[in-house]
Amino acid sequence: MNMGMVFAILGAALAAGLAGIGSAWGVGVAGQAAAGVVSEDPDQFAKVLLLQLLPGTQGIYGLLVTFITLSRIGILGGTPVDSVAKGLAYFCACLPIAIVGLISAFHQGKTSVASIGLVAKKPDQFGKAMLFPAMVETYAILALLVSILAVTNIH
Amino acid sequence: MSDLEFAYAVARIRVREKSLLSDTDISQMVGLKDQKSVLSFLMDKGWGDPDTGSDPEAVLMAEEEKTLQLMKELKIDPAIFDLLSYPQLYHNLKAGIKEVMDPDINERAFYDHDRYGRDAMVRILSEKDYAALPDHMRAAAERAYEIMLKTHDGQMCDVIVDRACLDAMEAAGQKSKSPLLRDYEESTVAVTDIKIAVRAVRTGKSLDFLKEALAPCRSLDVRQIAYAAAESEETLLTYLEDHGMKEAAEALKESSSAFERWCDNRLIETIRPERTNPFSAGPVIAYYLARQNEIKMARIILTAKANDFSEDVIQERVRKMYG
Repeated sequence: MNMGMVFAILGAALAAGLAGIGSAWGVGVAGQAAAGVVSEDPDQFAKVLLLQLLPGTQGIYGLLVTFITLSRIGILGGTPVDSVAKGLAYFCACLPIAIVGLISAFHQGKTSVASIGLVAKKPDQFGKAMLFPAMVETYAILALLVSILAVTNIH
Repeated sequence: MSDLEFAYAVARIRVREKSLLSDTDISQMVGLKDQKSVLSFLMDKGWGDPDTGSDPEAVLMAEEEKTLQLMKELKIDPAIFDLLSYPQLYHNLKAGIKEVMDPDINERAFYDHDRYGRDAMVRILSEKDYAALPDHMRAAAERAYEIMLKTHDGQMCDVIVDRACLDAMEAAGQKSKSPLLRDYEESTVAVTDIKIAVRAVRTGKSLDFLKEALAPCRSLDVRQIAYAAAESEETLLTYLEDHGMKEAAEALKESSSAFERWCDNRLIETIRPERTNPFSAGPVIAYYLARQNEIKMARIILTAKANDFSEDVIQERVRKMYG
């Protein structure tokens, strides 16, 4: 296996790994808060579950970029990477979702905890509470788009 | 406990905050016709337990115990919990000394405590096993018990125990990592010192009494306060005005209850800024203190209604609520 292939696989692994770590952290901490609310008020289960799930999307975005990359570099399909430059190109293309996914999931987790606190105290404010963590999602989506566009346009 | 682990505890507290008494609830209680109606209002809100019946003091103690139980369930840092429960612990010491002297004392006068409940405290004092008490309590327990034994001076016994409680709170507050707890303990000691000085000047207590009762703290020079209070109320007021406590002095000039209200409002203001941080012990501590405050308000209103105080007089004594 040449170095180009190594860089391409490393990029794909980071996309799934870092974004997944961020999501696991975010969903975990939001889950602790959600469990706290449900232990006192079980009727809020559906609302706090939705808020808990929001930081989980970055992990899915990372996985998506990883699949697209693997399907283009000869692992799940496509042609094997034949140069270091091309391998580095795939590596760099994966970085936006890897880095932004990690950081945005971390902050989205914290925002979800705050929103769960808001729903716990004022259940009727659920709509507004959803918006705060959803705003953080914007930047994960932008990073996802950049990564997909970059990965699919490497020839 | 890491900051992130507070997410669970704070979320539970957020739900509980909905059932805290609001300023409107307090106004409603003040407007009720008698103690029975106030008690019924509180019981409709879930206060008391099946064992308390319609005994107001038993209902209030049951609420304090419920709050302590919740704090235990949340598994917050034991140091924080210990610090918050110092007043109850020292209360048990006072009640224990009095029970050893007079075994007919009401059992409900004690707070439930894992290690220093009624039975443990009475045994320790009866056997003079002071080593079984926490370090910060031993010397005060021995001294207060001996004074009670020799002189039957209940007031001096209370002064010694209360001072030891303030010293322990101040020391633990300074060691605490929580800025809220540090500020709160500092405010509590300072406000209590001012209260003691005011009561002492109005009842003509000596300088020696003041030196015994006032606990040192960072925001007050208790030596100067003791000298000012030993001289006259005017001197004490001047001292407070000159040392950033103008509002306290003005409240004192207005009335005793206005001053008491200022004391409680100052403590509530200390905890208010920390209510919103979900990754700190702040909201948990703020909730605990808010519960203490509402129990105190309920006690004031129940006592006032039992003594047929007018609504205006009661209103003057009620304080800001946390909610």
